Amino acid sequence: MDKRSKISAAYLFLSPALLAIFIFFLIPVLAALVMSFTDFDIYSLGNLSYARFIGLQNYIEIFKDPLFWQSLKNTFYFVVVGGPLSIAVSLGAALFLSSRLVRFKGIFRLVYFMPVVTTLVAVSILWRFIYNPQFGILNYFLGFIGVHPIDWLGNPLWAMPAIILMAVWKNFGYNMIIFIAGLQNIPEDLYEAANLEGASEWNKFKSITLPMLAPTTLFVSIITMIGYFQLFAEPYVMTQGGPLNSTLSIVLYMYREGFMWWNMGYSAALAFILFIIILIISLIQLKMQRETNL
Amino acid sequence: MQIDFWAFGAEAEHVKKLTTEFEKLNPGIRVKVQAIPWTAAHEKLITAYASETTPDIVQLGNTWIPEFVALNSLEDLDTWINNSKSIKEKNFFPGIWKTNLIDGKVYGIPWYVDTRVLFYRSDILKKAGYNSPPKTWEQLYDVSKKIKKMYGNQQKYAIFVPTNEWAPFIIFGMQAGATLLKDNNSYGNFEDPQFETAFRFLVNFYKLKLAPVDMTLVSNLYQAFASGFFAMYITGPWNVTEFKDRLPASVQNSWMTAPLPAYDHNKYPGVSLAGGSSLVMFKASKHKQEAWKLIEFLSEKSSQVQFFKMSSDLPSLIDAWQDTVLTNNKYLKAFYEQLHNVVPMPKVPEWEHIVSGKVQQYAEYAARGIMSPEQALKLLDKDTDLILAKRRWILKREGK
Amino acid sequence: MKKALLYSILILAAILCLLPFVWMISASLMANGHANVYPPRFLPDKVTFIQYKHLFSRLNVFRYFLNSVVVSVGVTIVSLFINSMAGYAFAKYRFAGEKSLFKLLLSFMIVPAQVTMLPLFLMLKYMGLINTYLAIIIPGMASVFGIFLIRQYLLAIPDSLIEAAKIDGANDFKIYFSLVLPLAKPILITLAIFTFMATWNDFLWPLIIMTNDSMYTLPVALANLMGEHNQDTELMMASSVVTIIPVVLVFLSLQKYYIKGIMLGGVKG
Repeated sequence: MDKRSKISAAYLFLSPALLAIFIFFLIPVLAALVMSFTDFDIYSLGNLSYARFIGLQNYIEIFKDPLFWQSLKNTFYFVVVGGPLSIAVSLGAALFLSSRLVRFKGIFRLVYFMPVVTTLVAVSILWRFIYNPQFGILNYFLGFIGVHPIDWLGNPLWAMPAIILMAVWKNFGYNMIIFIAGLQNIPEDLYEAANLEGASEWNKFKSITLPMLAPTTLFVSIITMIGYFQLFAEPYVMTQGGPLNSTLSIVLYMYREGFMWWNMGYSAALAFILFIIILIISLIQLKMQRETNL
Repeated sequence: MQIDFWAFGAEAEHVKKLTTEFEKLNPGIRVKVQAIPWTAAHEKLITAYASETTPDIVQLGNTWIPEFVALNSLEDLDTWINNSKSIKEKNFFPGIWKTNLIDGKVYGIPWYVDTRVLFYRSDILKKAGYNSPPKTWEQLYDVSKKIKKMYGNQQKYAIFVPTNEWAPFIIFGMQAGATLLKDNNSYGNFEDPQFETAFRFLVNFYKLKLAPVDMTLVSNLYQAFASGFFAMYITGPWNVTEFKDRLPASVQNSWMTAPLPAYDHNKYPGVSLAGGSSLVMFKASKHKQEAWKLIEFLSEKSSQVQFFKMSSDLPSLIDAWQDTVLTNNKYLKAFYEQLHNVVPMPKVPEWEHIVSGKVQQYAEYAARGIMSPEQALKLLDKDTDLILAKRRWILKREGK
Repeated sequence: MKKALLYSILILAAILCLLPFVWMISASLMANGHANVYPPRFLPDKVTFIQYKHLFSRLNVFRYFLNSVVVSVGVTIVSLFINSMAGYAFAKYRFAGEKSLFKLLLSFMIVPAQVTMLPLFLMLKYMGLINTYLAIIIPGMASVFGIFLIRQYLLAIPDSLIEAAKIDGANDFKIYFSLVLPLAKPILITLAIFTFMATWNDFLWPLIIMTNDSMYTLPVALANLMGEHNQDTELMMASSVVTIIPVVLVFLSLQKYYIKGIMLGGVKG
């Protein structure tokens, strides 16, 4: 009797969340899958008979679409360069802040964290002006060390690095906090033992810190990668995907196809391809972790 | 009874004064004006259409008319016009009127008009040896080279042709006689020699550094025009007001507007885009009689002049241009002349996608020299054909 | 020596983090055109609030501010209840399929939100919810991350506390309201900040679902303003300041909870 009421209470507590997730997450995911096999577009929005089931044709078109490959390349560029860079900066900051020599840790941590909490759109607008080739402060400071003015966002070679630089600046504080927590969990006696053996700082870092941080690093790389694959607001605000589509990301391309041109079938297929890429890479990362750890 | 009228941006605010007057003249009819922001106008209208909540009258950008006709949502106005005492085709600019004509039927009445002309720095052109603005492509090219030469190695340009604006490419294409699309507007026709000529002509300006390729170089248009960073710019009527407000006093006397140069002498002025907004009635409206009355009222000369005074939007009624508020504005002369030579763009729902999605993209590729003009146009046609695939299917299904 | 090097790196990094904000605030206090000069000005010649005046009097920023507050607070309150109930059920009840259900939910976290956007848009359209606050609040009601965070926290609370209350005759809902919620206060605050900030800063979804100008949230309005006032650096900086200030204030006043939350989500994940 008691047990049954207990169980029904559990379902009562769960039902609002499960219902919401079912209606506003699961059904849309399935609907998107179905939609990706149709040519649902602006004509179909008014008259459903204008939508056809076209099987895998959206996916076939996507693989022939140079803009898709361009957006995929750009997104990978952002993930592969920006991801590790931001993780490395986070780890560096965490190591410095965990040093016993440093005081006022709280204040430094707060300052480094400031860019994380601010609104991405506002920050993108701010950096657009920082990158301005004529009046921007970045070129001004680079001028002191003899660098000629760079047209950061107007040059196809520099636009993505500029977006990466801004993303690292904006995001590193978040992972830094996770690394600090990870560092605190490393037992102190490991270092003490190493000190007795006279190990160098670098050796301690290599043989104690890094291995002990491995689970944290895996977690950080997966969430960073998932986040970075969804690059959207930065190019939307700063470059509109240009110049020469050099900052067109998958999500930006998907947004354009779906909500500017109302090619919703095509757009849904793009979304699924993004999902599959993220899924595969997460699985690879997990597998690598298992093989090295167990 | 009440009619719902959707207008965009500032126009909505201005037109309210006119609708109040209309209400006084027509007791019993109330007009509810709703303001829709320009940036969201398109989505908002599509959403309204899909959810069957369209108003009675809408101000519709005339390039959007084909889309809503394709969605079968607009009232055919032919019988309304035939029975009307005041609205007659001949009272409007012919090129603008044509934008409202789809398959021989009229779907909108021009409300205000918009086209592109040449804005230029008369002092700089004079220094380069031109006392009047260029009238042909050849002169445009020549004056640009002279201006560039005058500046030597300075980072200054003759003309600003932003690579994120498709309009110049389409305008020059039409001037050269290109049809843009072919086969009942179901395939791209950008590879034809006429369009290619125009495309090459414009790309050459970037190649010779007569026009800046990098958009970000012009971070403030008005500062750049004032400082002589460029001396010519093809743009629309809204910039008359902006230039008057934003340019410093020192250059206020040295800028002017002119109709567009033409492909050759006997065609001057060259054609430009027939833009602007029309008033349309939705099929679903239950108050068409009253809605039409409002359209007639807004198309009267006095309403049009009054609307210009408030909004600076150019009147669609030729007669309204004889009013002194318009004739006294020296910058508008070029627009008046230009408006007699404007042509509509291909009337397909996909047009917006083709121009802002693709023409712009390939123009940029060619401008930066990443692709040769032939290569760019070939891909442009290919992409256009893909975008029009659904249209071809629908045409076939409906036996057209 | 080593200490000096360490400090100079830390201080340099701090300057790099803060300088853009300093310049932003400074530019927002300049008159039109004063930020577009070379060499850049780091301080206004004369402080003016003209940009802010313009924002509030002519550009309707207060309305966008209000929209942002309504949706952010709305999502926070609703989701806090729904997620805490579910998190509690997962932490303290044993029922058939509990583990696999939880795992299934966790696996949803890997699906990027963009996948659901198109159908969700159509769904809300047919429900007549486009351009309403509900269009943002409803999809934000439940979050797997929130459920996870609360479950992790409640796992650490001894079952004996709950058993004791049960022996005293309290029913399940009484226990949830008067025992579990107070106990979970720290994690609830953490989750509240997370949700508030994420909703406040969100861009893509409000961009899609709010097509009417009067319903824009601040980030959408900001991006929109950027389209029309690209030329007006000082004005754009002022609107960025207005957008950022509320989240910065929330963060500064509750930063301990926020940082603890990241650590909890990070280490145990």
